[in-house]
Amino acid sequence: MNIVVTVKQVPDTWAEKKLDPSDMTTDRATVDNVLNEMDEYGVEEALLLKEAHGGEVTAVTMGPDKAVEAVRKALQMGADKGVHLCDASLHGSDALQTASALAKVIAPLNPDVVIVSSEASDARGGVVGALLAEYLGLPQLTLARKVTADPGGGTVTIERQTDNGYATVLGKLPVVVGVIEKINEPRYPSFKGIMAAKKKPLVTMTAADAGIDPGSAGPSGAYSEVDEAQPRPPKAAGQVVKDEGDGGAKLAAFLADQKLV
Amino acid sequence: MAEVLVLVEHADGEPKKVTAELLTLARRFGEPSAVFLGGPGTYAKAKDFLARYGAQKVYVAESADIDGYVVAPKAEVLAGLFGSAAPAALLVAATAEGREVAARAAAKTGSGLVWDVVDVAPGLVVTQQVFGGSTIVRSHVTKGTPVITVRPNSAAPEEAPATPEEQQVDVAVSDAAKAAQVSDRVVEGKSGRPDLTEASIVVSGGRGLGAAENFRLVEELADLMGGAVGASRAATDAGWYPHQAQVGQTGKTVSPQLYVAVGISGAIQHRAGMQTSKTIVAINKDPEAPIFELADFGIVGDLFNVVPQLTEELRKRQ
Ligand SMILES: Cc1cc2nc3c(=O)[nH]c(=O)nc-3n(C[C@H](O)[C@H](O)[C@H](O)COP(=O)(O)OP(=O)(O)OC[C@H]3O[C@@H](n4cnc5c(N)ncnc54)[C@H](O)[C@@H]3O)c2cc1C
Ligand SMILES: Nc1ncnc2c1ncn2[C@@H]1O[C@H](COP(=O)(O)O)[C@@H](O)[C@H]1O
Repeated sequence: MNIVVTVKQVPDTWAEKKLDPSDMTTDRATVDNVLNEMDEYGVEEALLLKEAHGGEVTAVTMGPDKAVEAVRKALQMGADKGVHLCDASLHGSDALQTASALAKVIAPLNPDVVIVSSEASDARGGVVGALLAEYLGLPQLTLARKVTADPGGGTVTIERQTDNGYATVLGKLPVVVGVIEKINEPRYPSFKGIMAAKKKPLVTMTAADAGIDPGSAGPSGAYSEVDEAQPRPPKAAGQVVKDEGDGGAKLAAFLADQKLV
Repeated sequence: MAEVLVLVEHADGEPKKVTAELLTLARRFGEPSAVFLGGPGTYAKAKDFLARYGAQKVYVAESADIDGYVVAPKAEVLAGLFGSAAPAALLVAATAEGREVAARAAAKTGSGLVWDVVDVAPGLVVTQQVFGGSTIVRSHVTKGTPVITVRPNSAAPEEAPATPEEQQVDVAVSDAAKAAQVSDRVVEGKSGRPDLTEASIVVSGGRGLGAAENFRLVEELADLMGGAVGASRAATDAGWYPHQAQVGQTGKTVSPQLYVAVGISGAIQHRAGMQTSKTIVAINKDPEAPIFELADFGIVGDLFNVVPQLTEELRKRQ
């Protein structure tokens, strides 16, 4: 199976995230950046599918120069190839523009399965999977907690997490699969994997290479605009007390005081 | 005044509270038109509710295709209404599926999408709390019909009785929208408690509970206060509680009046889903637990002593 997995570099989970005041985009310059944790689950699922059914895994990202580190991590985990869409004109793209650009990169790769994860931890849109299905015209098998591929029968079946349980959903190949974090246990890159990754093919593309109209990319083509951003006013420090045998009672008194019970 | 479309969030026709919140918000800048998308015969259960919260019009699309395929049919019907109703905006509940429906409707119509909004001002300027609530952003859509997903519990629902005009919508789902076919729906862990994202009180349990059966303590406390039960990822991963109850970055985002964290350390991924709760209370035996940085009131102590005493005290006060 020809498998494509999207990966995104995001500010480290523990970094203090903020917007760059000059252009209201996520500040990626002054923080440590890592592979979006959720994408590790996407890469793992791609590798599991390859191990079960054969084929090749291509990791695709869009982002600034150093975003290529996200692809490299995927290669270290075991992906075979990488594609990095990198162009100054793409800076400041919103979710719709990002998904549309990714679709332009992914379509010519002719994948059987496109894997995304349910959410990137920076902007937390959780929409790229649905949007890729829309732009690529493929079945949307997102919010998957379990994926079963039947390449012989030409189908993929998932368990889609719902509000109160799950739905079994079937799509004919090619499909877009979106995974949630209950799906697997991502592997760590092995020393061998890290060494091997250095020799794996990694292509860098410009917007023009991908056939993206420069006018449609970046802030000028964005569908929404940030007017202002402010830090949230600091919350008044709370009260923390040690339980001296009356902790429960104190808590009950607090709740009653606040008219919460 | 232009119509403002509100996608009705419902379970088998039974509207969720967030629908009333969306209708209330919509009234601020237009005439609310509810869009009901559901299986055959489900609308009857929503009718009175939508009238009570001020829908001036209801677009009713009932078809087995709506639930028979993932997301795309809903997006298609909504995109069709953008053409015929020329609405000022579309409001959708920011749930896992809601955001997908909104995104595809926006993509189909070349419209801008803003998500997880906590307030909408006249002029359709939206407020978002990003980066786990640390930054407050105001933004607006610049293209097409603004598509806005709104976090539940963002507005107090106000009744505004109306007699909505009902308009049946033909559901002619394209073949392309039938690509992801639902063969089965399974309900897990039905509790009879309020919906996690909608509840005004949430009591969540974490690894500190030590075992599935100890969730009883959390449930008792929640039930006494009429709250919902949540869980940390450590607890859902251990299989102590269903994943649907997970609060956090990859679980649900909740914003209740009161959030009680029991035996939860307060990892950043957990905080991402509960940080904007109005009042936060924590019980943890480790005084260094990061959850205390957020807590309005924290008890450093053994939950197996504190929680039963709290429950007992609250029972006495009732
Ligand atoms: C991609 C990704 C996504 C994630 N998404 C989520 C998410 O959506 N939601 C989420 O919650 N987590 C999420 N996590 C996991 C998160 O990082 C933490 O591991 C998790 O929240 C920890 O759960 P916990 O607080 O219950 O457990 P722990 O961190 O182990 O904390 C347990 C706490 O209980 C206390 N305790 C123990 N015994 C007692 C006792 N008898 N009395 C009182 N206190 C006691 C301990 O002091 C400790 O602070 C995610 C992680 C990743 C990598
Ligand atoms: N710039 C990007 N490059 C590659 N993949 C991305 C990018 N942005 C989002 N994605 C993918 O889409 C998923 C969902 O992201 P989002 O919808 O932005 O929360 C992520 O986990 C990624 O796999």
